[in-house]
Amino acid sequence: MLILHCPCCGVYADETELAPGGEAHLTRHGPGSSDEAFTSYLFARKNPRGVHFERWRHAHGCGKWFHAARDTATLEVFGTYSAQTTEPPKAIRDAIAKRRPGWTWRGIA
Amino acid sequence: MSTRIATHGRLIDRTRRLTFTFNGQDLHGHPGDTLASALLANDRMLVGRSFKYHRPRGIVASGAEEPNALVNLGTGPAFEPNQRTTTTELFDRLQATSQNHWPSLDFDIGAVNTWFSRFLPAGFYYKTFLRPRAFWKHVYEPIIRQSAGLGQVPRERDCDTYEHFNVTTDIVVIGGGIAGLLAARSAAASGARVLVLEQTAHWGGRAPVDGGAVDGQPVGSYIDTLLKQLRAMANVTLRPRCMGAGVYDHGYVLGYERRTDHAPEASGPRHRLWRIRARHVIAATGAIERPLAFAGNDVPGVMLASAMRDYLVDYGVLAGRRVVLATNNDDAYRTAIAMKQAGADVLRILDARDSGGGALMQEARALGIRIDCGRAIGKITGGKRVKKVQICAQNGTGGALEAVACDAVAMSGGWSPVVHLWSHCGGKLIWDDRAALFRPDPDRPPFGADGTGFVSTAGAAHGDLALSAIVRQAHSAGNNAAQAAGYKTKSATAPEAETTREAPLLPVWLMPANANVALRSKAWLDYQNDVKVSDVRLAAREGYESVEHTKRYTTLGMATDQGKLSNINGLATLADALGAAIPAVGTTTFRPPYTPISFGAIAGEARREIFQPLRRTPMHHWHDTHGAVWEPVGHWRRPYTYPRSGESVQDAVAREIRNTRQAVGLLDASTLGKLIVKGPDAGRFLDMLYTNMMSNLKPGRCRYGLMCSENGFLMDDGVVARIDDQTFLCHTTSGGADHIHAHMEEWLQTEWWGWQVYVANATEQYAQIAVVGPKARKLLEKLGGMDLSPDTLPFMAWADGHLGGIKARVYRISFSGELSYEIAVPASQGLALWSALIEAGREFGVMPYGTEALHVMRAEKGFIMIGDETDGTVIPQDLGLNWAISKKKDDYLGKRAQQRAHMTDPDRWKLVGLETTDGSVLPDGAYAVAEGVNANGQRNTQGRVTSTYHSPTLERGIAMGLVLHGPDRMGEVLEFPGTDDKIYHAKIVDPVFYDKEGEKQNV
Repeated sequence: MLILHCPCCGVYADETELAPGGEAHLTRHGPGSSDEAFTSYLFARKNPRGVHFERWRHAHGCGKWFHAARDTATLEVFGTYSAQTTEPPKAIRDAIAKRRPGWTWRGIA
Repeated sequence: MSTRIATHGRLIDRTRRLTFTFNGQDLHGHPGDTLASALLANDRMLVGRSFKYHRPRGIVASGAEEPNALVNLGTGPAFEPNQRTTTTELFDRLQATSQNHWPSLDFDIGAVNTWFSRFLPAGFYYKTFLRPRAFWKHVYEPIIRQSAGLGQVPRERDCDTYEHFNVTTDIVVIGGGIAGLLAARSAAASGARVLVLEQTAHWGGRAPVDGGAVDGQPVGSYIDTLLKQLRAMANVTLRPRCMGAGVYDHGYVLGYERRTDHAPEASGPRHRLWRIRARHVIAATGAIERPLAFAGNDVPGVMLASAMRDYLVDYGVLAGRRVVLATNNDDAYRTAIAMKQAGADVLRILDARDSGGGALMQEARALGIRIDCGRAIGKITGGKRVKKVQICAQNGTGGALEAVACDAVAMSGGWSPVVHLWSHCGGKLIWDDRAALFRPDPDRPPFGADGTGFVSTAGAAHGDLALSAIVRQAHSAGNNAAQAAGYKTKSATAPEAETTREAPLLPVWLMPANANVALRSKAWLDYQNDVKVSDVRLAAREGYESVEHTKRYTTLGMATDQGKLSNINGLATLADALGAAIPAVGTTTFRPPYTPISFGAIAGEARREIFQPLRRTPMHHWHDTHGAVWEPVGHWRRPYTYPRSGESVQDAVAREIRNTRQAVGLLDASTLGKLIVKGPDAGRFLDMLYTNMMSNLKPGRCRYGLMCSENGFLMDDGVVARIDDQTFLCHTTSGGADHIHAHMEEWLQTEWWGWQVYVANATEQYAQIAVVGPKARKLLEKLGGMDLSPDTLPFMAWADGHLGGIKARVYRISFSGELSYEIAVPASQGLALWSALIEAGREFGVMPYGTEALHVMRAEKGFIMIGDETDGTVIPQDLGLNWAISKKKDDYLGKRAQQRAHMTDPDRWKLVGLETTDGSVLPDGAYAVAEGVNANGQRNTQGRVTSTYHSPTLERGIAMGLVLHGPDRMGEVLEFPGTDDKIYHAKIVDPVFYDKEGEKQNV
């Protein structure tokens, strides 16, 4: 059972307090988008073995959404951060790069 | 025969005698006995029958790994099947019965299976019962159900209580043997909080039985000293009878404490589930001896050498008077020496190694025990008890050299570290070729949140089997764990134990090595599931190369013991058959729990009324005392109807509808979701959430709205009221309040976080009462306090005020088609208003009505119901709700999805009304059939029923359904075959059955 730190209320929460929300940093495609772009937004999700960015909601706590950067294979958590961002902040990226040298994500490191 | 002797028995209290029954017979034992040791003391070696062949089976082991000696314990509400006699502590008046036999343990008809065993090979279920297909239901399945399974299912509700403990600590040590205790001491010396779990009632594990000395002290008294030190430390908690059941992600550990199994009269919960969070976990779980695979190794009287030694040293029980031992390692000599010294005739030690053992062999020889090297057991003869051992060469095919009559056989095939808890969360293993065992690979531990290993192993679980290595390694494992948990270790010298030099083990996976097929077919690997060497070889021949597949095909290691004795022997046999190395074949996955834990412990206190808390409206008690029949709606209970004395449910519903349509009815609508959406961007936000426009709604007005998922499908509906410029109140469905609230929060927090909007779920802050019917206004006017005239409060408007002195908000909205007011008051005033309405309404004929009347009345009006007309695949356009979809808005959730080709397909089924030609009620969910059949030979379909009721208003059946091109086919008659073999005929009609012009709600 994972423990994640809720950056909103500061609690180290058991997984049973949290609700998972799938891959983070998706770009919404609405009316006017192509079928391919819309399908990709709605259905295509990355499921990497390794570093992954996820959405979580502190559902049985403060109710806030946040993001977690973690390794899906080793369950190492590189950090949690605000959901109000379109990409992982530098501190998180640095923490990952330190543990996984050479790691990149969407062309940034 | 097996018997109690006057010497030995360090765990039993001979001054007291306990009486217990086995299959109704009175037997005696002592406090400290396990049920297994007490049975052996009474010469009850035969204790059960095997699963498949019903072969007689005896006690093989002395601990948690026991595969055979499972019994039913207790009676009535305390009955429990499949209990291991080896882990059941004896108590006075214990009642046990044997399992899996008919008619009796001594004479079992199912044992004929053993004669047919060549027809019951590996995978026989898959092979035998395939054809003919029709035989499954009537022949095969009943027979298999009759003969399969071990114990019986309890028939009464469990009378015991259970509870959970939530615990955080720095370090958990699983296993209270010498390794666990030493690791705990060095870890605790750093100041770390240490919790030690031991599954048995005793500390010290095997060490006191196996002997040796630590720091010059006999190991038994060394452990006593160690325990004294640990008990004196405030930061150490010792828990006996508490098994480490599983290790999970990020240092979560489950402990299973059996509080009163040994003392059923004691008060308090029977089992306790410890939910532990630890920074570091030390698995000091010891090792389990492996059986040897020889023909007849399952005959009662054949047991593990270590178990025979345990029964002697711990309980003073001699498992046999005339004993033969077979071994491939030195440890079994300890049993031979102990048995000889206790007065048994040790007839022979058959050592598979040509050069035999080391110092222990010399000691045994000095005692006059005959030792034959390079020798093996060819076969055991005997049915319910060992009679004779045929001796052969280990390197041969089984040709008998000699036969020895005996009454017990001890076997040792080496030891396997208990790596389960290391492996539960992903710890990897390496094969130690010299010791022929899988040991934890310290370089590949289970990782914690910080990316470092959070489980380590100590002692025999680590792969060190000699006492000298165990004490050194365990001491440092404790220090390392303390460091991992963030503590500074205190320097203390590691304890020293004397080393007994042992000769290397010889891996022996089959005895004799080239045993012929007749012998292989009687050489058991998995006792509990009746899997033999021949079965695993057959699986390999049939192409099962993966150990996971072989496990499932042969059922090797799948029983309640999860292969504790059989796993390594089984996969070594598979590797041999495949010509592969053992590590290349690998192990099956170790999954928690380590041994079965009770459902009661898992449930804890969450049973009966606290299993799931009920939500009750402020008027719940009134409904209850007025005869409400309850309907579950989410966690709520809502009155379905209020039958009067002697009235049927159906009649009650009809009465409530007629009265509401003709006079006035009251509905408790408090469960409706009430979400307050507030802020400068509230209108803009609701425009994105609802398909229609909400931002242009005027304060004081209400509007019906539809909410879709981003995938375009309808997910909720309800009336939105604009309270002021920046505030809206959104009504949701009763079941939908929480997830619609979450839906709103998700979009606000993760997509439109710059928008200034707050959402608050005020569902439980208000009681809401619908006052419905032609006399509704009169009733409210009698209460007085507000002007509710049509001009002041028209349809789809709301107003604040006081009714009968109670602060109220009145919404003029209707879900029934009648003149209707929904009145929201603070929850604390709900019952007062309800009672006032009942009282004042007497002269108007007021009656409460329930959810079924609500449903029927909305269907009469053609109003959709989320969950009836929608099922997660329906879009608003399917339901003719285009009028509620804004054409002006650029965007709303679901808009893009609804533009996809499949969503705009003119062949999507559309909502219509359905009227049976004979006035009967269509079956719910029935399909309208079309010409022809599909690829599966089923009738093609062209529509289905979504809601169907008897309408008391129209005195006929009415229904709604989704039909291919439905709105264009008015008047057409469709066929609906029912599951009652009748065919229903229904005409396609407008879905609004009652008051099509909407005059009644608008008066």
